[in-house]
Amino acid sequence: MTTSNEVVQQAAAQEYKYGFITDIEAESTPPGLNEDIVRWISAKKEEPEWLLEWRLRALRHFLTLLEKEQLPAWANVSYPPINFQDIIYYSAPKSRPESLEEVDPEILETYRKLGISLDEQKLLAGVAVDAVFDSVSVATTFKTELAKQGIIFGSFSDAVREHPDLVRKYLGSVVPYTDNFYASLNAAVFTDGSFCYIPKGVRCPVDLTTYFRINAAGTGQFERTLIIADDDSYVSYLEGCSAPMRDENQLHAAVVELVTEENAEIKYSTIQNWYPGDANGKGGIYNFVTKRGRCEGRNSKISWTQVETGSAITWKYPSVILKGDNSIGEFYSVALTKGHQQADTGTKMVHIGKNTRSTIISKGISAEHAENTYRGQVKVMPNADNARNITRCDSLLIGDQCGAHTTPYVEVRNNSAKLEHEAYTSRVSEDQLFYCNQRGISLEDAQALVINGFCKEVFSKLPFEFAVEATRLLEVNLEGTVG
Amino acid sequence: MLEIKNLHASVGDVEILKGVNLSVNAGEVHAIMGPNGSGKSTLANALAGHANYKVTAGSVTFDGKDLLAQPPEQRARAGLFLSFQNPIEIPGVRLDHFLRAGLNAVNKSKGLEELDVLKFDRLIAKKVKVVEMDRAFARRAVNEGFSGGERKRSEILQMAVLEPKLAILDEPDSGLDVDALRVVSEGINELRSPERSLLLITHYQRILSYVVPDFIHIIVNGRFVRSGGKELALEIEAEGYDKYTEAAGAPAGE
Ligand SMILES: Nc1ncnc2c1ncn2[C@@H]1O[C@H](COP(=O)(O)OP(=O)(O)OP(=O)(O)O)[C@@H](O)[C@H]1O
Ligand SMILES: [Mg+2]
Repeated sequence: MTTSNEVVQQAAAQEYKYGFITDIEAESTPPGLNEDIVRWISAKKEEPEWLLEWRLRALRHFLTLLEKEQLPAWANVSYPPINFQDIIYYSAPKSRPESLEEVDPEILETYRKLGISLDEQKLLAGVAVDAVFDSVSVATTFKTELAKQGIIFGSFSDAVREHPDLVRKYLGSVVPYTDNFYASLNAAVFTDGSFCYIPKGVRCPVDLTTYFRINAAGTGQFERTLIIADDDSYVSYLEGCSAPMRDENQLHAAVVELVTEENAEIKYSTIQNWYPGDANGKGGIYNFVTKRGRCEGRNSKISWTQVETGSAITWKYPSVILKGDNSIGEFYSVALTKGHQQADTGTKMVHIGKNTRSTIISKGISAEHAENTYRGQVKVMPNADNARNITRCDSLLIGDQCGAHTTPYVEVRNNSAKLEHEAYTSRVSEDQLFYCNQRGISLEDAQALVINGFCKEVFSKLPFEFAVEATRLLEVNLEGTVG
Repeated sequence: MLEIKNLHASVGDVEILKGVNLSVNAGEVHAIMGPNGSGKSTLANALAGHANYKVTAGSVTFDGKDLLAQPPEQRARAGLFLSFQNPIEIPGVRLDHFLRAGLNAVNKSKGLEELDVLKFDRLIAKKVKVVEMDRAFARRAVNEGFSGGERKRSEILQMAVLEPKLAILDEPDSGLDVDALRVVSEGINELRSPERSLLLITHYQRILSYVVPDFIHIIVNGRFVRSGGKELALEIEAEGYDKYTEAAGAPAGE
């Protein structure tokens, strides 16, 4: 979730109240979506012909869906229709804010609360100062280090230029451009993203994070990530701490594809904190993201861990296709909604290979007027002997105006499958808060403590620093929601 | 240290405490005994500031300050501790993390040093011994899946860490086997000091032979009906509360 602010801010410039964005000069296309725009983007990125063709096929597909009004309607979210011809699909800043003084103080205050260092703040805010360049050069040394082991990690555009065969082989192989409405749109207009390849037998020695991308790539709101773990390899990938934004409703439609070959493992962790809109539900990001992994090889494993606290609307179902025998899919999720936020999130586990296993742990927290829906599907195909799934969806309500919904779908076409499903809804109880108070803990800290306990199973799956950040993020987001 | 005057408290619309008077000096141990439903826990919760227990009349001063004007966390930081009759579960929150948050909140309010993880680790490793548990006990989630006896030990452990000025112990002995009763009693005794006062709520003489009180008060139907020395416990053990309940009429809350 590291789309740079500028792109979106450009589109929203007219309504934008904070002033520090509007004067940024940017190179952008006119609003609207057509073949010319797609060709322009592709040419801008000096892409090969096959990729342009792929984009154009996606565009045609998308426009057909749009014409037939086949927009996704099943999610438990509501929003006014989006006019896709009003959106600017490519915009890159020519310059960046010169110093932190030019950045919205509210954003800085949030960073401060999150405990993000000043250098990181600058990095996140996209400020062109030494610290940023330092970080970029750090990233570069780092990249060289990784390259020695054959690990490819960089922007999608670079990958298209430097490793076209790999990209061509895997692009769209997990999420085809026909997959869904927003995936089609993304395929047509995606501007950048991350690419990662871990060669056979290599265990990536560090967590790869998207921090590095923010300034280097200045990605758009339609980014695309592709991660391939070849035989016997391992990688932990972190999708970085995102910047809150001050915008009109804005569309973010990313696609993430993961592929694990034999005995390989990908652990993908996300902290999503897009701008959720103001207290009255105005503004905020529409976060319509398609994330899917395919356990291609035997004994391979894909694990999604997500902490979703931002966005006006989140529509997101990180899924795993368990194709290889004995492969494992996991989904650990915390979704916090407050104010007027709506989240419809969950996962899909498709068991194709034999002895495949999946685990789903979903923790939904709703406060104020928010609506939080878990939507999950477990599908066991005819040849998937001895498939196992464990699903647990817990909801925690704060106050009595919010809602939690659980919508599990199960489709089993093999009798040897064993599925377990548990769900419960609870509240932060008065007695729990009083118990904490009686030990000297303030009401707000007490609530944060109880909620952290509720999320523990998921947080424990995150790399340590990410877990700390997730904890802080929940605290910041829950400030003022007690009672 | 603690001065309760004519305290009236209600749960919902029902008046449970009907004029409690009590004066506790530093270093004293006061036992409170009384039949089920007589208002013992109500008194404990009203003093600790639970919102469900509304004080409708009377006053309480603690260390010379108006106790009832303070929110519960402030009362705790001022040195009031309640060992709960039914300790509350907080799933997923480690007991040691919970206690560190509490102790640091108390320390911070006093301008004392907040303990980092390492320092607190040393402290808790020492304190678990007070209740004859090992370090791993404090790594479990607060009261989650604790047995009755473990809950009581955990309460005493918490008291040992927070070192309050006034500890209100609401039936710390209920549901304990003989060994646990000894451990809990010794834990309580270890904390007795000339500066620390105890309000010990119990149904049984047993614990009072370990933790010998200076005074015993009998509460019936929301009022203290008799006060005396430690010998009162033996009398109750032998005779029950019949002669008091008849005099006091219906039990509280009915
Ligand atoms: N939260 C509550 N809701 C409703 N009634 C309550 C509540 N707490 C206490 N009561 C009522 O108040 C009265 C006194 O209860 P309290 O718990 O103070 O008694 P107690 O003396 O501690 O009894 P025990 O020896 O059984 O613990 C009882 O009638 C009880 O039902
Ligand atoms: Mg009681």
